[in-house]
Amino acid sequence: MGLTGSRLASLVAAALVGGYALATAVGIFFGGVLPMSRGEAALVGNLLSFAAYVGAVIWTFVVRRPVRVWLGLIIPSCVLTAGGLLLAGRVA
Amino acid sequence: MTLTSVGKGISDFLRAGGPPKADGPPAGGFRQAMSWLHTWVGLTLGWVLFFIFLTGTVGYFDTEIDRWMQPELPQAQIGLDSTDTAEVLLDRLRVEAPGADRWFLTLPAGRHQPYPGIFWQGASIKAGASATSGELPVNGNTGEPFVARDTGGGQWLYQMHWRLHYLSRTQADIIVGFATMFMLVALITGIIVHKKIFRDFFTFRPGKGQRSWLDAHNVLSVVALPFHLMITYSGLIFMGFSYMPLIVAAHYGVDDEARQQFISEVFDPPGLVAPTGESAPLVPLDDLIAVAEERWGEHRIRSIDIRHPGDSNARIIFYENIERRVSSGGERLMFDGVSGKLLHRVPPATSAAKGARDLFVGLHEGLFAPPVLRWLFFFSGLLGSGMIATGLVLWAVKRRQRMEKTHSLPHLGLRLVEKLNVGTVVGLPIGIAAYFWANRLLPVASVGRADWEVNLMFLAWLMMLVHAACRPNHRAWIEQLAIAGFAFGSLPLLNLLTTDRHLWHSLAVNDWVFVGFDLTVLTVGLMSGWAAWRVWQKRPLIDAGGISIKQGKSAQQLPGEQL
Repeated sequence: MGLTGSRLASLVAAALVGGYALATAVGIFFGGVLPMSRGEAALVGNLLSFAAYVGAVIWTFVVRRPVRVWLGLIIPSCVLTAGGLLLAGRVA
Repeated sequence: MTLTSVGKGISDFLRAGGPPKADGPPAGGFRQAMSWLHTWVGLTLGWVLFFIFLTGTVGYFDTEIDRWMQPELPQAQIGLDSTDTAEVLLDRLRVEAPGADRWFLTLPAGRHQPYPGIFWQGASIKAGASATSGELPVNGNTGEPFVARDTGGGQWLYQMHWRLHYLSRTQADIIVGFATMFMLVALITGIIVHKKIFRDFFTFRPGKGQRSWLDAHNVLSVVALPFHLMITYSGLIFMGFSYMPLIVAAHYGVDDEARQQFISEVFDPPGLVAPTGESAPLVPLDDLIAVAEERWGEHRIRSIDIRHPGDSNARIIFYENIERRVSSGGERLMFDGVSGKLLHRVPPATSAAKGARDLFVGLHEGLFAPPVLRWLFFFSGLLGSGMIATGLVLWAVKRRQRMEKTHSLPHLGLRLVEKLNVGTVVGLPIGIAAYFWANRLLPVASVGRADWEVNLMFLAWLMMLVHAACRPNHRAWIEQLAIAGFAFGSLPLLNLLTTDRHLWHSLAVNDWVFVGFDLTVLTVGLMSGWAAWRVWQKRPLIDAGGISIKQGKSAQQLPGEQL
């Protein structure tokens, strides 16, 4: 696949760390927006976060371009986290 | 980095897998990418995954192994009268744990709770408690604590699959969490790569080197695919709050108190109250047991949880046995601990979300499974372990065949993988056999006995890794399979020599747990011996390494599968 050295390291880090960030963000988002009690919504977010993680890891190695992958993981992570917290009114 | 390229990144994210652009990564289609990911994500933590799968699989018989490892205990006491047993346990708690915050009575409700037992928290040593908190199995007939050899039993063996025994919880969580995640990615990419899932199900071409290993890997993966997916995802969910702590923290706060708040909101039964500090006598349990058994049926109370016994705010929670439900939660009844009034009836799932989690957790644990289904769980777990093992072997066989074709020397990575494969795929089972041997051979009175059983398991495994490193690869397989054959196959004999509960005795008194254990290890032993003989038959003319590769018969590289 021609993935070597720093490119490979960057993609692996993106998949592990960036994927984890996205998974957490998806969980936080669902925990904030689902129309159910706070605890239940956080639980659903938790259940779904792992699916998001798998998706992120696979997507990383389909795209295989470090910069694009990092941005594609970090930007949605920030948006989803902020969105989840704002919509749930957790931050003023 | 311009905004357009950010936009492109996001649109690519949505399309997930469009063809690479002109300035994109090296050529290689979607399937190649998936195939590459499948290979490396499977290999990287493959041996850890094999350990997790195998020890977890053995865990489907955890309490049966417990009982084999404590031959001093009588046969199970399932079906004792609930009222009498609760009385006996309560008396024992009054002796062992006066002044406790919590008394917990375990009734002998089924295979996963074969003996009565007690558990307590926050007892007062001043008032004469034997320990602040503790746990004891109690003989339901005499009320005396059981005395049996010190062992981790099936519980430690099965807990290894997420605690990794020697590591701290945090370290183990990180390793097991990532390994499980890798497993899930390997499964999904494996499905994507695998075009002809049903045709290959019926395809097995033995004796064709790499092709045969691929067929075996496919069959083992496909035949129990729903199990593999279920067990992996539910494993993540099981530990979900540890693996993804920030989700709850974002909505509740980062401290322990916030976390407790979440847990009590989602999991605790409603109506728990703080103690008042005023003492009041605990209501007799007879009437409450009658109410619970009226509702659930005789012998269907799993446990009785008494919060703040002796306080005017005491609460008593009855848990329904869960053997008739797949979900991990049963119904709960909460009584006032002084008046005996029924305060709440808590359904198994208090919300859809908790219901979904309970279902996954229940499927993972398989506590509900009656014997036939339990064996099916066990075999599915073995298929999963076999899937991982064949995947690891396939990686090595493929590279060795390629290497032999080009007459080059095996590189360090290939040799390392080959050694780890033998030393783990056969070496770990030998370690498990050593655990059982240690249980019978270590002196009953020795100090730190339970710890040493485990130490010997890991020492035996380590010895097998060293053995694999020292021996030619093909010889290592033969020798270790033979050792495994002896170690498992002779366990019934060891049991005969060291206890009075040998196979004939067990058969005579219908002790199916002991019969099952002896026959299972005997079967494992015979199969290992048979495998050793088969590999010996297929030994290459020149003892070069890779297993079951016949000279001049290496399979050709298949299109689309260059990994």
